[in-house]
Amino acid sequence: MLEIIKQPWPWYVSGILIGLTVPALLLIGNKSFGVSSSLRHICAACLPSKIPFFSYNWKKEIWNLFFVAGILLGGFIAVQLLSNPEPIQIAASTKAQLAALGVKDFSGLMPMDLFGVDQILSLKGLIFMVIGGFAVGFGTRYAGGCTSGHAIMGLSNLQLPSLIATISFMVGGFVSTWVLLPIIFKLIA
Amino acid sequence: MQEIEEFVIEHTTDCEAPNEQIKRESIFSNVKYLILGILFGIIFVKAEIISWFRIQEMFRLSAFHMYGVIGTAITVGAISVFLIKKFNIKTIDGERVIFHPKTFNKGQIFGGLIFGLGWAITGACPGPLFAQIGSGFLAVIITLLSAIAGTWVYGRFRDKLTH
Repeated sequence: MLEIIKQPWPWYVSGILIGLTVPALLLIGNKSFGVSSSLRHICAACLPSKIPFFSYNWKKEIWNLFFVAGILLGGFIAVQLLSNPEPIQIAASTKAQLAALGVKDFSGLMPMDLFGVDQILSLKGLIFMVIGGFAVGFGTRYAGGCTSGHAIMGLSNLQLPSLIATISFMVGGFVSTWVLLPIIFKLIA
Repeated sequence: MQEIEEFVIEHTTDCEAPNEQIKRESIFSNVKYLILGILFGIIFVKAEIISWFRIQEMFRLSAFHMYGVIGTAITVGAISVFLIKKFNIKTIDGERVIFHPKTFNKGQIFGGLIFGLGWAITGACPGPLFAQIGSGFLAVIITLLSAIAGTWVYGRFRDKLTH
């Protein structure tokens, strides 16, 4: 049994479990599923600076911070106890395209030549962590949600604005992958 | 069964994941969200959706995996929401489940595009950022701090942006 759990989980198992988070949160505490709001609560808790957008009772939304703390712990537990000993299987075409761009490390879930701690103070760190992270935080808040709040919760509730947001996420991702990444990899080469 | 009075909680500006429970929750009672988060984090890692490579496969249309995961999650979520509405299923505390209709604004397009750009670069949306850090990719702490900074800058200049 443990051997099966240690394997990467197929998309349908993972998809069903992630989908069940929606009714689980609604039914155990009347909470709508959404992760990016945690970033806003952190701002409201740490540095509200009298900005109206951050001046609200964040303690009332503290469940969201418990939830993301759990996600962090879950990542730790999964790696420590349920880790797959085999290297990740990446689609051959993606691997070839990334290798051509200049990615070297294909052994783990993240390429360490881009996301290693030793890259933090390099141009790679500036682009892949600082600028990329800023776009994620700024963009999700501007859009009013992320993959969980819009793509999963919003679409589950058949909300047209969430469909528009989800399509925009995907368009941004395609542009980034096909237009920006080749430029970025030239810059860092 | 006693009908529960509708109770609308004011949010300064819409929060996409608001707490609508009327009953107050103690810090201890919040542990259930921690546990749910732990399960969620484990799924993230085991489904490999925290992988930068899986996000690249998705945007390079080389694998079905991510589309399968998100598509199945939406299907299961939609069926659950439908059933909760149809049978008026109450929360464990007997409260009526509150859903939030979203109103369109241009931020969903502009913000969505900006998030998409960042998603393909970092290989993570906000949830997986936390799971990546827990998985030992400690450099992602920088990504998370920068995402928090991005959220703050949005809040600071919100009234100057087109919505």
